[in-house]
Amino acid sequence: MPTFVYMTRCDGCGHCVDICPSDIMHIDKTYRRAYNIEPNMCWECYSCVKACPQHAIDVRGYADFAPLGHSVRVDRDEEKGTIAWRIKFRNGTEKDFLSPITTKPWGQAIPQLAEVPGPSQEMRDSQLLYNEPKYIRMDDGGLHTLETNGLKMKKGVYY
Amino acid sequence: MAYKTIVEDGIDILVVGAGLGGTGAAWEARFWGQDKKIVIAEKANIDRSGAVAQGLYAINCYMGTRWGENNPEDHVRYARIDLMGLVREDLLFDMARHVDSTVHQFEEWGLPIMRNPKTGTYLREGRWQIMIHGESYKPIVAEAAKKSADKVFNRICVTHLLMDDSKENRVAGAVGFNVRTGNYHVFKSKTVICGAGGASNIFKPRSVGEGSGRTWYAPWSSASAYGLMIEAGAKMTQMENRIVLARFKDGYGPVGAYFLHLKTYTQNGLGEEYESKWFPELQKMVGKEYLDPEASHLTHRPIPTCLRNHALISEVNAGRGPIHMVTMHAFQDPHLEEVGWENFLGMTVGQAVLWAATDVDPKYENPELTTSEPYVMGSHATCSGAWCSGPEDISPPEYFWGYNRMTTIEGLFGAGDAVGGTPHAFSSGSFTEGRLAAKAACKYIDDGKAEGIVVSDEQISRRRKEIYTPLEHYKIYRNEIVAGDVNPHYINPKQGLDRLQKLMDEYCGGVTVSYMTNEKLLHIGLKKLKILEEDLQSIAAKDIHELLRAWELKHRHRAAECVTQHTLFRKETRWPGYYYRGDAMKVDDENWHVLTVSRRDPNTGEYTMEKAPCYHLVGEDE
Repeated sequence: MPTFVYMTRCDGCGHCVDICPSDIMHIDKTYRRAYNIEPNMCWECYSCVKACPQHAIDVRGYADFAPLGHSVRVDRDEEKGTIAWRIKFRNGTEKDFLSPITTKPWGQAIPQLAEVPGPSQEMRDSQLLYNEPKYIRMDDGGLHTLETNGLKMKKGVYY
Repeated sequence: MAYKTIVEDGIDILVVGAGLGGTGAAWEARFWGQDKKIVIAEKANIDRSGAVAQGLYAINCYMGTRWGENNPEDHVRYARIDLMGLVREDLLFDMARHVDSTVHQFEEWGLPIMRNPKTGTYLREGRWQIMIHGESYKPIVAEAAKKSADKVFNRICVTHLLMDDSKENRVAGAVGFNVRTGNYHVFKSKTVICGAGGASNIFKPRSVGEGSGRTWYAPWSSASAYGLMIEAGAKMTQMENRIVLARFKDGYGPVGAYFLHLKTYTQNGLGEEYESKWFPELQKMVGKEYLDPEASHLTHRPIPTCLRNHALISEVNAGRGPIHMVTMHAFQDPHLEEVGWENFLGMTVGQAVLWAATDVDPKYENPELTTSEPYVMGSHATCSGAWCSGPEDISPPEYFWGYNRMTTIEGLFGAGDAVGGTPHAFSSGSFTEGRLAAKAACKYIDDGKAEGIVVSDEQISRRRKEIYTPLEHYKIYRNEIVAGDVNPHYINPKQGLDRLQKLMDEYCGGVTVSYMTNEKLLHIGLKKLKILEEDLQSIAAKDIHELLRAWELKHRHRAAECVTQHTLFRKETRWPGYYYRGDAMKVDDENWHVLTVSRRDPNTGEYTMEKAPCYHLVGEDE
């Protein structure tokens, strides 16, 4: 299932509503807290779980095939650029994992293409995309020209 | 209705759907059109939308030409054999020659790509796949798209493309509604790049309760790429070429890294290798050209995925299930165990949740595999999508009409799931296709092809009326009954989806019939789809969220109809393991070594089917 929200932790901030790709995290008008309005359209993608500043959202595996008594918790830290997972099995076994999520400060390594020198007519007339051919082969060897090695129609064309 | 009409005018490039295809398009468009107005309309939130919303653990399409690993031609050969010979080689080659520059940029933007400590090259999972820490893959590429776009409209469900009223068969933008405010949004644009999603949930899923959300492909991939383009009258290709995935049971966790990097393998319920036992019989069905285990042993030629599926399905049907993935050896190595788990946490958390819930530790127990219900999508490893023009330097005349990745509707371009005939694009290939489409769209505008577009007020108000009809239906008929969802005047989106899935499953080769269909069944299916279409005119939505589901269902229905038409047209079993035509159980190269192309007439709803040549541009030998 999908995600569910702990009553005492949620403060109704709406971060989960804002991020859910399936449009199923909504604010309950009575309690002013978030809840999953359509569990059978939940992909357990954890976007809302990661986005919740209160760690108020958790996941209980789909009732069709997942027994109770497990948990998969996550802490995504944009500052540090890491994501930490803790898996707790039904039988109590625990496993922890930690992975990087980015190697650069957010957004700073992406160029503003409005400000780079625009394409020449020659580039427009060629098959090149932005930053090519340099970015196809980032070695110092021969640049890849995008030309084919002589593609030609071979026999066996059927109608 | 008090919903406002909000018009965004003067757009040059409208990107519909900002998954990997759409973000690639928006980002690159800024370079080729520094003076152009680029607008994104996205159904969810661009930071976490599309198939890569929860992350990805591998980039499945990377040549590695800089390290002498593969050339683009090699990738064409690989995808061609995997799809039993039928692909658009021009589009495939074009994607493959550019994809590395896309991946190198991702690394520069901060995507953590694993490196091989010995060689310094990217860590290979398999010949085409490289391993990444991709939890934030989508936020990173979204950042790039946001930097390039003039405006990003999140939470806009695009329902229809707008057409030019002054010139036939030319696109003029799109319309939709905001799923938060309910407002009606009109986007008037010179070009549209369709980066919308393929289709999950048009066939009955294996889990039909709460677990129906745990599909292999994202449940929010609602066939909008196809619904939008078919409705507008674009030609489609290879829509019969649906895909069935062999995955870890119930959670649909990916198996690629397990097979390729962890070197795990499958066995039947008796602990035996079973795949090769099915090959002799299968070879009679498909011919030696497509299945030659000996040649595959000697070279790197893969056994087509559908044929491996066929072996799995046949073994289970023979009563020797379940099929297990043998993980117990690999997981003894702590590094491989970590890779195995992180693989799920990076892209299919639901599988980790399931194993935790069922106490499955692959170190001590071999998990079960199964085959999924069919999906229709053009970016992963199959061909469905719009019939698009290829690049000018390599495409034969039948594949070329002026602008790369342009559909048969002028000014309408595709990327990712939207483009037909380009399997094995995956995330990086979809982004690359978006880039190619963006360059071509800028050229189309600069060539003066988008002058004099007229959108009548009549078209805009007609679409507005159509969009909100489900809310009207609910309002009018809801109070005829005491409570509940059983109403003689309407069905709700969930009921409609259940009906669509049941009929597609039973008549078009879904999971409960072991992927089997035939001409008779398909005709019945088409008839039922027609009646469902009539009932969809009476669909009711109790609120804006249900209105979103109603339009997703309409898109799914349109795609399903197209799939059924295509399946009926191709009288052979080209991809055993994806689906079977019981009345034509063999590959028939003499008559069907062709691409199928359909067009639905937007005015009459009639389909015209044709065969298009399948040109082979790349030679056999590496």
